[in-house]
Amino acid sequence: MLTGLEAIFFYLFAFLTVAAAFMVISARNPVHSVLYLIVAFFNSAGLFLLTGAEFLAFIMLVVYVGAVAVLFLFVVMMLDVDFAELKRGALQYAPVGALVGIILAAELIIVLGGYAFAPELSGEVAQPTPPIAVRHNTAALGDILYTDYIHFFQIAGMVLLVAMIGAIVLTLRHKENVKRQNISVQVARTPETAIEIKKVETGEGL
Amino acid sequence: MQRRRGPNVVGPWGLFQAFADLFKFVFKEPVIPSGANKGVFLLAPVVASVLAIAAWAVIPVNEGWAIANVNIGILYVFAIASLEVYGVIMGGWASNSKYPFLGALRSAAQMVSYEVSIGFVIVTVLLTVGSLNLTDIVLAQGDGLGTMLGLPNTFLDWNWLALFPMFIVFFISALAETNRPPFDLVEAESELVAGHMIEYSSTPFLLFFLGEYVAIVLMCALTTILFLGGWLPPLDFAPFTWVPGVIWFVLKMCMVFFMFALVKAFVPRYRYDQLMRLGWKVFLPLSLFMVVATAAFLKITGMA
Repeated sequence: MLTGLEAIFFYLFAFLTVAAAFMVISARNPVHSVLYLIVAFFNSAGLFLLTGAEFLAFIMLVVYVGAVAVLFLFVVMMLDVDFAELKRGALQYAPVGALVGIILAAELIIVLGGYAFAPELSGEVAQPTPPIAVRHNTAALGDILYTDYIHFFQIAGMVLLVAMIGAIVLTLRHKENVKRQNISVQVARTPETAIEIKKVETGEGL
Repeated sequence: MQRRRGPNVVGPWGLFQAFADLFKFVFKEPVIPSGANKGVFLLAPVVASVLAIAAWAVIPVNEGWAIANVNIGILYVFAIASLEVYGVIMGGWASNSKYPFLGALRSAAQMVSYEVSIGFVIVTVLLTVGSLNLTDIVLAQGDGLGTMLGLPNTFLDWNWLALFPMFIVFFISALAETNRPPFDLVEAESELVAGHMIEYSSTPFLLFFLGEYVAIVLMCALTTILFLGGWLPPLDFAPFTWVPGVIWFVLKMCMVFFMFALVKAFVPRYRYDQLMRLGWKVFLPLSLFMVVATAAFLKITGMA
């Protein structure tokens, strides 16, 4: 199993991930919850690094911590909800929550304890990827993603695109009577089109 | 442009002024506002400075001169740079004050927006190079457009010429990503006094500034690596090749930093809606188009 420095870092990252995840649900302040969530993300990226999945680790940082959690934080900071008030009656749902948790845990145990690889795949299981020296992780991931799984990859992309367009369509309101800046029109102005020179006679107005 | 003489009294030519400032900051009293969220308030400047310095771990200043020559160096720098927004957000929120909070909100939207175009610019460079390793990115610029035209190895081979629009997009996005003028709306003194840093004093304030400038120099280094050939000499023959690579690297970095400082002096500050328009309506489509165009070009000519 793990030894030496690797073990120390594994237990450090794993402990911090679990502790931060616990704090996410137990922190009183919602902003603190999101900050703990970021700590949890960060440490699970560390766990990915330890297993040698460095591409996943950094993509996780870029996507979850760099973008998703920023938006979470953005929204939660603006909220003015009394979470202590909301949480007061939460304990009465504890049995239902525990039931759901137990079912999920049982399913996971059944799946993880009962799975087996088909015998003809034993070679791939023993050596799922070529050694790092032969084929780098990131390149191997790209090879698989853009060949065998290209359709799934593209369908996932299309789903995200549709979701994005849907969000824009739902929220876009074209307001009338709003001053808008048209930069190309502004830049295209010349003294001839912008300025009108009038001769003003003395003693008279315009 | 304004040309002022800086502080020139401490030490020869005022060179020790930076250290005098350091001592001044460190020996002052850090004031924590009574309404502030103490832990997050003190954590924010640490996050800002530590992340900025952490990104330097993979920057190669010469061949083999990197603390960690990792295979996905550029992704590491991008990931760390995308975390730098947290220093600003946490500082702005924890101060429990109006202006810092507005500054934090502005920076959250701004830094996330410009990260997108920086990401696409990096992708175009990766397509031409075929590696995420920063050392490989520099070495791949050894021959390029210039050698294709039959010239010897010169500065014309570097990516800035082959990917010229992306070079400009990257430079401007780097300004926005590091909250530099003309995109320094986070700390626009005419609107928000000092943005997220208003409530900070002494060492925490120093750490914020340290983080900001380290991030700027990091962006200069990244521009040098991605577009200006890193430590490669501008002309690959006798007197130029005698100069060590690290000197070329620092010279190029200084040149980019000079551009950063120059822009601060002569460009007026953007309005926030103009900033968002530039990021989402100009840079995003342009960089996305360049990714597709570069990929198509490489595929058709068979250079990928």
